Amino acid sequence: MINQSDNVLKLNSINRRMFILAAAKVILLGGIVSRLFFLQVKENKKYLTLSDKNRIREWKLPPVRGHFEDYFGNTIAGNFEAYELHLIPEEIENFKYTINRVRNILQLSENQFQKILKKKDQIKPWENLIVSNNLTWENFSKINNNLYDLNGVKPVISVSRNYPFKENYTHVLGYVSQANEQDIISNEIIKEKFVQGLKVGKIGLEKTFENDLIGTNSIERYEVNAYGRRISQLEFQKGDKGKTIKLTIDTEIQKLANELLAEKAGSICVMDIFTGHVIAMHSSPSFDPNKFVFGINTDDWQLIRNDPMKPLVNKSLSGNYSPGSTIKPIVALSALENKIINANFRVNCKGHKEPLELYGQTYHCWKKEGHGIVDMREAMKQSCDTYFYEVARRLGVDKLSETAKKFGLGKKVFEDLFEIEKSGLVPSTSWKKNVLGINWVLGETIITGIGQGYIQTTPIQLCLMTAQIANGGHKIIPKLIVDSKTDDEDKFSPIVEDAKNMKLVQDAMFSSTNEVRGTSYKSRIDDPKYQFAGKTGTAQVKRITKQDRELDLDTSEIPYEERDHALYIAFGPYKNPRYAVSIVIEHGGSGGAVAAPLAKQLFKKIIDRHEIRKNFESNKYLNI
Amino acid sequence: MYLHNRLESKSNFFQKIKDVDFILLAGILLLGIISISTMYSTDGGQVLFHTKSHFVKFVLFTGLMLLISFLNIRFWFSISYIAYFIIILMLIWTVNFGITASGSQRWINLYFINLQPSELMKIFIILCLAKYFHRKRLENVNSFYSIIFSMIIILLPMSLVIIQPDLGTSILISISGILVLWFSGLNHKYFFYSFLISILSLPFIISFLKPYQKLRVLTFLNPDRDPLGAGYQIIQSKIAVGSGGLFGKGFLQGTQSYLEFLPEKHTDFIFTLFSEEFGFLGSVILLLIYTIIIYRVIKIGSISRSYFAKLFCYSFGGSLFVFITINMSMVLGLLPIVGSPLPIMSYGGSSMLATMIGFGIVMSAKIHSKQAIA
Repeated sequence: MINQSDNVLKLNSINRRMFILAAAKVILLGGIVSRLFFLQVKENKKYLTLSDKNRIREWKLPPVRGHFEDYFGNTIAGNFEAYELHLIPEEIENFKYTINRVRNILQLSENQFQKILKKKDQIKPWENLIVSNNLTWENFSKINNNLYDLNGVKPVISVSRNYPFKENYTHVLGYVSQANEQDIISNEIIKEKFVQGLKVGKIGLEKTFENDLIGTNSIERYEVNAYGRRISQLEFQKGDKGKTIKLTIDTEIQKLANELLAEKAGSICVMDIFTGHVIAMHSSPSFDPNKFVFGINTDDWQLIRNDPMKPLVNKSLSGNYSPGSTIKPIVALSALENKIINANFRVNCKGHKEPLELYGQTYHCWKKEGHGIVDMREAMKQSCDTYFYEVARRLGVDKLSETAKKFGLGKKVFEDLFEIEKSGLVPSTSWKKNVLGINWVLGETIITGIGQGYIQTTPIQLCLMTAQIANGGHKIIPKLIVDSKTDDEDKFSPIVEDAKNMKLVQDAMFSSTNEVRGTSYKSRIDDPKYQFAGKTGTAQVKRITKQDRELDLDTSEIPYEERDHALYIAFGPYKNPRYAVSIVIEHGGSGGAVAAPLAKQLFKKIIDRHEIRKNFESNKYLNI
Repeated sequence: MYLHNRLESKSNFFQKIKDVDFILLAGILLLGIISISTMYSTDGGQVLFHTKSHFVKFVLFTGLMLLISFLNIRFWFSISYIAYFIIILMLIWTVNFGITASGSQRWINLYFINLQPSELMKIFIILCLAKYFHRKRLENVNSFYSIIFSMIIILLPMSLVIIQPDLGTSILISISGILVLWFSGLNHKYFFYSFLISILSLPFIISFLKPYQKLRVLTFLNPDRDPLGAGYQIIQSKIAVGSGGLFGKGFLQGTQSYLEFLPEKHTDFIFTLFSEEFGFLGSVILLLIYTIIIYRVIKIGSISRSYFAKLFCYSFGGSLFVFITINMSMVLGLLPIVGSPLPIMSYGGSSMLATMIGFGIVMSAKIHSKQAIA
């Protein structure tokens, strides 16, 4: 009986405790359900996003770079299909065998081979190992022929930069090459679009218009597993090709400029005197930009870098030259404008017998025998230094610099289009005082009158100056890009007060080229269709000593670095001017002998091409 | 007499079939089907090793469970101590000659199966203590001798499992044992004091934990401290569950598991996969099935005439609940990660075997509910 009552007690106890525990269980169960509710219903969006972030990975592909075209729509910087070879290590059964097969087919050097092996260790086995990014067609087809026993070897066709005109456009366009850390840091857009193997502009317009040219990446979205292996492609978002940029340059003239400057160091610039279109702009020597696209090899680089003619320097934009006698039209114009002289003002040039003397310094004319009594037209024609010494002395450097600046000297022609462009230098008394801290001396005015001394100009500035002389003294804004907007209000506004003065200067330049005793008479064209007017210039690189003057050596007898720069500016056709030209030959000797003959060939071509250009332009409008 | 016996035993057999708890059986079978389909999903929608193995084990152990259920409950009562003792021997064997996997020595090789005795101990400790307290008078339950005896019963397997090392299972074993103590009427104050002591000594215990265990605690407190290392499991698990949403991503559509972001998805984290694919509703339904099963187990306990059967059913139901709760809390980020499988759902023979033996005894208690044990 005791046992019985104990059993009852035990049963009561166990049942009571069972209920206590059951209540606890219900609470715990409620806790779990509410936790589930919190995670799955309330926070669902957050975790869904996290889950997608886990499983979806994007692969950016290199964007397709926009083209450069010349005025006529010819591609001057385009893309070509590069043949690449990728290996996927994980798909290769016997890596050693395969890599050696590939090595034999491609004839890889030991150095290249080691580089590839090193790269292999840095990537995941399912990632692409790039063996080569620019195979020749021959090697590419050899690989394709042997694919049957090359598992995991993938021949890939990709897009890369190509410059079909090679060295012709190097100094205008620049070139592209593999983006480096510096490029990524300095440009947000490159940073955003960067993928392995992305090529970006390193210099020139390729760099300036990087953000327009680069295009947008194609994006592949893949589902990946926890180890980053691609499972399936979810989406392919095609990127846009970069913008096509059209230049004002005529490839035919550009090519001619390159030919004319062959074996020479110098620059040729051609400009439309009304629209400001740059028709040609070439700096010589040049180099093949295609070499840089996949990284230039050391030998080629040393060759380019150590060339004494400095192919890396863009002489058209960053070559600072003394303008020499090519400044004389501006000196004459400034004097006429400021009414210092009139067309009949005469000076007696007595040559070396009786040079101009000023405070103990002597200033010689280039011609030993002297020019005799010359007026402005005659002085320009024969480039009489004595005449311009006198005019400059009377004019003063400040008035001269004012006129020179109006004509575009002393400041960048393309503003910020080119990083490397130099602004030249137009000196004035205040400039010297401010910058050098010394007072201007009269002797410096005298030599500025013949384009020596402090004055510095770039070939493109000389071209712009000539264009503005040729169009009757109106301001133009040089253009290299066809669609660039230059709606400046003062476009084509007159920059001379009296059009007659301009006419006088033009006429004087005409005489220099087309009349007997003119400095470039030998280079004239009599056919009025091609007839042009110009002005020679010979810029001294070093001061002419008395000894030099007595020796009077021939150009070929002087060491290369000490020879004079030969310059020539011209415009044509004379009757109805349309184009201006500037030619600079570094260390070429006399402008009349070396630079002017190039203009003759150039103008023939330019005028012939004019018709085509005009028709192209009107057709373009018709098509619209 | 002989004839009578024959007749009796025959009618007895049909009677026994009639007495099988079909609701419990249906619940277990339903759970089995769910667990096999989930395993099929972990194999990436193919019948691979885990699916096959899980299926075979489930069928085999369900058979075993039915077999056990026809054995008289008295039989289990009689072998309780011996069974406990055999498992202890097995644990000792494991410590010395066990198979080591992922840093702990948990299995013994029985040639046809690798057995994890610690899993079996979760059930047999209940059996052993239930027998012990079956005979105890209520006033003797709180005696010094019985407390010491039950402490030894619990601490012996615990310490054998802890040195494997397997903290999770040893905690679960102790919980099973403590549940029996609770139902047997041990004074509330002991539970209260020991709970207080364990809370107070927690910092002390933590300082004794192995570095990886400490890391788990720290990770639990802040999973983001090392999202790709120690916190990876719990972060990915929460992402999987959370991204499931109300209705889930659909069967075989769980990206977290399919793309292998989920670790241990066959075993401890099986619920995560299920929850990702079937969402909140599916999870609640799964919980409901578990609830029904546990309810039936307790119900059987309440109708059992014998105190032993009652004690076993209540404790087994309670420990099932605790195993489920701990596993789910763990994968939902409510508890630190300790190795604890989800009964039936998780891959693992020993765990399933133990659970099925437990169900078998419960069924046996149902069939023999009228039986009293002296």
